[in-house]
Amino acid sequence: MSGTSTLLEVSGISVTFDGFRAINNLSFNIGAAELRAIIGPNGAGKTTFMDIVTGKTRPDEGSVLWGEMSRNLLKMNESQIARIGIGRKFQRPTVFEDQSVSDNLMMALKAARGPWRVLVWRPKEEDHARVAALAEQVGLGDQLARKSGELSHGQKQWLEIGMLLAQEPKLLLVDEPAAGMTLAEREQTTALLVELAKTRAVVVVEHDMEFVRRLDCKVTVLHEGSVLAEGSLDHVTANPKVIEVYLGR
Amino acid sequence: MELKPGFLSKNPSVLVFLLVLALFTLGVTLMSEAYGSGAISTSFVKTLGKTLCLCLIAIAMDLIWGYTGILSLGHFAFFGLGGYMIGMWLMYARTRDIVLGSLTGLPPTPQEINDAVATQIFGVVGTSELPAIWSFAGSLPAQLALVVLVPGLLALIFGWLAFRSRVTGVYLSILTQAMTLALSLYLFQNESGLRGNNGLSGLQNIPGLTADQDHLSVWFLWGSAAALALGYLLAAFVTSGKFGSVMRGIRDDEARVRFLGYSVETYKLFIFTLTAVIAAIAGALYYPQAGIINPGEMAPIASIYLAVWVAIGGRGRLYGAVVGAAFVSLVSTWFTGGRAPDLNLGFYTVKWVDWWQVLLGLSFVLVTLFAPKGLAGLVDMVQGLRPPKRGGAPLGPDDGSLQEREANE
Ligand SMILES: Nc1ncnc2c1ncn2[C@@H]1O[C@H](COP(=O)(O)OP(=O)(O)OP(=O)(O)O)[C@@H](O)[C@H]1O
Ligand SMILES: [Mg+2]
Repeated sequence: MSGTSTLLEVSGISVTFDGFRAINNLSFNIGAAELRAIIGPNGAGKTTFMDIVTGKTRPDEGSVLWGEMSRNLLKMNESQIARIGIGRKFQRPTVFEDQSVSDNLMMALKAARGPWRVLVWRPKEEDHARVAALAEQVGLGDQLARKSGELSHGQKQWLEIGMLLAQEPKLLLVDEPAAGMTLAEREQTTALLVELAKTRAVVVVEHDMEFVRRLDCKVTVLHEGSVLAEGSLDHVTANPKVIEVYLGR
Repeated sequence: MELKPGFLSKNPSVLVFLLVLALFTLGVTLMSEAYGSGAISTSFVKTLGKTLCLCLIAIAMDLIWGYTGILSLGHFAFFGLGGYMIGMWLMYARTRDIVLGSLTGLPPTPQEINDAVATQIFGVVGTSELPAIWSFAGSLPAQLALVVLVPGLLALIFGWLAFRSRVTGVYLSILTQAMTLALSLYLFQNESGLRGNNGLSGLQNIPGLTADQDHLSVWFLWGSAAALALGYLLAAFVTSGKFGSVMRGIRDDEARVRFLGYSVETYKLFIFTLTAVIAAIAGALYYPQAGIINPGEMAPIASIYLAVWVAIGGRGRLYGAVVGAAFVSLVSTWFTGGRAPDLNLGFYTVKWVDWWQVLLGLSFVLVTLFAPKGLAGLVDMVQGLRPPKRGGAPLGPDDGSLQEREANE
């Protein structure tokens, strides 16, 4: 990792759910402008890893440090972590179905988050323009006024990606973005993620090998809560241990 | 509060509401005994004025429950506290006037006045000491400030403890009920310093005003209507922008709101306290019209009724809450006032005084099951008969409804 500064440094974390070790002494680093894919069988702990980084789950041990100041993320709650620049896209699309596409994006738009400021905040011309541009970027340009609950599964995925972009995070954690997307949409998604990773850190969890291949980036293989292998896709898929637990099945 | 010029045009329902409220107030005034034909009795003017206060607390309930998804079953405690705070001044100042009027001879010292007032007010509970909490009772501005401060502070502390430990759902509702119960039981004790189960009385007489009840009732109607109008505007303002989006976001998926960087707990505390203050102001206007307040008013059941009104009216939209509170409380007055004719079934005579509660409970269950949008859903049906506007206007505050989610799952 020499040359690029480390943005997120996860070391030696473990988590136990009712006696079951979902994460076992896991360490993980990512640079400020890097694309990384995480693969691994069902139940490997990929989502739990994201839960820990975003403050939803507390690890039993280990440390999670952020940025040049090495700030301790374990001391922050979910909203504080989101505000310092970690954005997350969930495995199942979670958008506010009762609200319009534009309301969803407006809420995500980078701006003050305190109640008093939000209370008097009214969108300016440039905010409307930004929301329109974001919607355009994720292919929802003509859907701004629609209730997001009416969108298709794929469109909700896109809307959530749009909300993620609106937050302008420094690190994007993306859990299975391509689920429910058509082939063309998948290609669009890969292109977008590759583009985004030029200016920020992006971590993508994905099952689909073709998708990961198109990302063309370093791959981390998780198994039973710890890192099994790390490197290029060709490198890890040649690893006998990886073949045994994941690809061989 | 900053209202942009386009605010009312973007929220047409607000304009309609204000217009209806103004016409209603004007109509009642013109039929009152003091200013009009006298077709409406003074006591009914009071009932209508009180109903407007109930509409105001229903708006508070709709903000916290309908929009934010927090089923608070404790807002009547704040309503009652607001009533007690204004009641203390009303009772103290009036008693002082009486005491001063009856004294002859040397001008009394402030201490003597104070003692005489205390004996008058607290004779019923067997003391003649003025409790410390009555220290400011002689000052109207101070007690008006306490109307906002006492319930606001209680809500702030209670909310901070509850939300900080992320108590949600049913557990939070139970906690709010416990708070209400504890407060009402405390006030029942004579040691609370608020005259125990006697409560405060004679609140309909406003010290310093010589006007009769005919006039006072209309003035309070105006005051209540003005408070309701302001409360409605405030609520429409709060729910219309991004703040409203966050509220509905918390209702539908609070974890997701956190990951967008909003501190959900802070928002809940903000809304809980704001609505407690609205409830307290409604209470401070209600009890001078009722004339009496006692701890029974703050019994847990009152807060549950509040939820029933909002549910029947249609939660998640402001006019729904108002319609629900007005409709149910007026119908309730009619049934429980013994004016509803008995229903003779041949084998059994339904006396509405007894059966009204059952009817109300039944309507609540039916509305919850079959018409979750409540009475306000009727407005949708009427609008549905017109050609639907496709391509969509931006969603206003009144479109918050829990049903779409379920429909789409
Ligand atoms: N809150 C929880 N309580 C108990 N067990 C949990 C909890 N969260 C996750 N687990 C368990 O931890 C393990 C890891 O789950 P996780 O969701 O992280 O897997 P994943 O790699 O994301 O799998 P998938 O590919 O299916 O999404 C699973 O066995 C899961 O059952
Ligand atoms: Mg997962």
